[in-house]
Amino acid sequence: MEILVYGTINSVSLALMGLGFAMVYGISRVPNFAHGALYIICGFVTWILFHSLGLPYFMAIILSLCVNGILGMLMYRFVLIRVRGMNISEIIASYAIGLVILEGLRFGGFRGMTYTLPAFMEGSLMIGDVPVDYHRIIMTIIGISLVAGLWLFTHYTKIGLALQGMAQDERAALMLGIDSDFMAMLAMGFGAVLAGVAATLILPLGNIVVESGYHVLIMSIAVCIVGGLGSWVGAFFAAFLIGYAQIITVVFIGSHFQMVVAILAIILTLILKPSGLFGQQKELEERV
Amino acid sequence: MSTQELRKERIDRGIKVRSDGLYALMSLRELSYLTLPRFILIAGMISLPFLMPGMYWQRVISIVCIYAVLALSFDFLSHYVGLVSLGGAFFIGTGGYVAGILNTYYGVPPVLTVPLAAAIGGIFCTLMLLPCLPLKGVYFAIVTLMYPLFMARIIEAFDIFGGTDGIVGIDSFSSAFVEQYFVVCMVLIFLFGLRRFVTTDRGLIFTAIMDNDQAVKASGINITKYKALAVFIASSMGCMAGACLTHIYMWSGISQFSIDFSILPIAATVIGGAGTLVGPILGCLILVPVSELLRDFGTLRIVFYASILVGFILFRSDGIMVFIQRKYEQFERWTKI
Repeated sequence: MEILVYGTINSVSLALMGLGFAMVYGISRVPNFAHGALYIICGFVTWILFHSLGLPYFMAIILSLCVNGILGMLMYRFVLIRVRGMNISEIIASYAIGLVILEGLRFGGFRGMTYTLPAFMEGSLMIGDVPVDYHRIIMTIIGISLVAGLWLFTHYTKIGLALQGMAQDERAALMLGIDSDFMAMLAMGFGAVLAGVAATLILPLGNIVVESGYHVLIMSIAVCIVGGLGSWVGAFFAAFLIGYAQIITVVFIGSHFQMVVAILAIILTLILKPSGLFGQQKELEERV
Repeated sequence: MSTQELRKERIDRGIKVRSDGLYALMSLRELSYLTLPRFILIAGMISLPFLMPGMYWQRVISIVCIYAVLALSFDFLSHYVGLVSLGGAFFIGTGGYVAGILNTYYGVPPVLTVPLAAAIGGIFCTLMLLPCLPLKGVYFAIVTLMYPLFMARIIEAFDIFGGTDGIVGIDSFSSAFVEQYFVVCMVLIFLFGLRRFVTTDRGLIFTAIMDNDQAVKASGINITKYKALAVFIASSMGCMAGACLTHIYMWSGISQFSIDFSILPIAATVIGGAGTLVGPILGCLILVPVSELLRDFGTLRIVFYASILVGFILFRSDGIMVFIQRKYEQFERWTKI
């Protein structure tokens, strides 16, 4: 029972982390290695708005999500657009931006145990014989509804359909009058907002520490690769796979191995089936 | 005349054209034109330890050389074989641990551990990376980025080789003089060796694999074998550097798998000039001392070189060395369109 409950919660938080990465990669083919940095910066912006400026919590969250979205778009507009299509430069550039943000925050004194966000709702609930606090339940519900909302968004709105068109075939989308650079910028913005949503949902469970930026990056890459780069439905299922695998390892082997499971999952998936569980790319493109 | 009617054209200098061919040895001037840059590099590298003011800066030179070897291996692997490995730390860490284990557990002296670490570490890294050799581009980059993290977590989780404390009490080189000249010679030998190597038949196959692997495969060449060979060369260079690092600091630990060793060589390669082999060394000579100067500011130095990296990728993606080469070999003039 404990495995089931905490496995689901862990899976949903992994899915939240991975969605943004999957979305950006799926649409603009830019592996956004600054994802973890965007996640952390959203947490700190919320903290600053909430604690230093004294805004209401809900408004602080909305504002910081906007800030994050704009940051993501700026990052695309001024940096990534210039290296788009050059895989390695994309990785190095976005990773370097992530490093600048994360290490800049660390230098700016954002470290230690002092930075926490309050939970949405205090108290806890018994599911079967396992105590679960309300925040984790809210997180799970929001996470799942977010995925559903995203699915509806990409299937039934004009922008969503345009984004999907870009993801399927960029040249064809260009011919149909979809501005691919604008859409990619938008996707980057959405990705950043999703990273922010993940941050505001997950961070109240612990401290905001810079190190977790790297952790989030690794986990989102793990989720996306296992699910198949570019397929966020795959990412969602992969999150459940890795999430349960992690909880099972923690329960039966030890918490040290949690990270090992994720990294092992990446390596094994890449070796056995590089296009992932739900990958859209043909295998020939990435393998010889 | 406004600049709109003009364009800049670059023409090879006459001396360059002449000394390219067989007649390079005809005059002393052409001979010196060819040897001067190489002479400056070799003489500069050898005299560096003398020029440095104190123990501290001499140590920095050793670190520069270690990063330079790592950057060389990155440049070789990514621009001559087409395998972009973001896992320099994997090579350094493996080499460091192999040297540490050999030295402390089996009592092998540093003279032997360094070459042994290069061989054993190279074989180990090649075997570990062997399953991912069919991968290309982003996929290979991501998987290599994961390896150092994976190794660090494994050592942490199983608590082997001293766990989080690392292996302590490793012998150092017999003197500072030996240490510096060992690493300086290592850089020079690897640099000129690789420059030679990439023009041999094997080197040509590597470049061909980068350009079009299907065509190489169609010519009946086993590309996995050649990729493995390239990874072995690059990783044993990295492992050798790691072994030297271990002996210099007399310690090997999890932080040798840290992100520093993956990102700085890449930054150095981008800044120095990708694909030139000399460029990465130049990049390290610039970046490492600057990052040493910024050591007081803690993590600000990572911010510093990451932002330099972004700047160079965006605005000067061919690097310093290509620029210098162009100035040395060509002259520019404005011509009418």
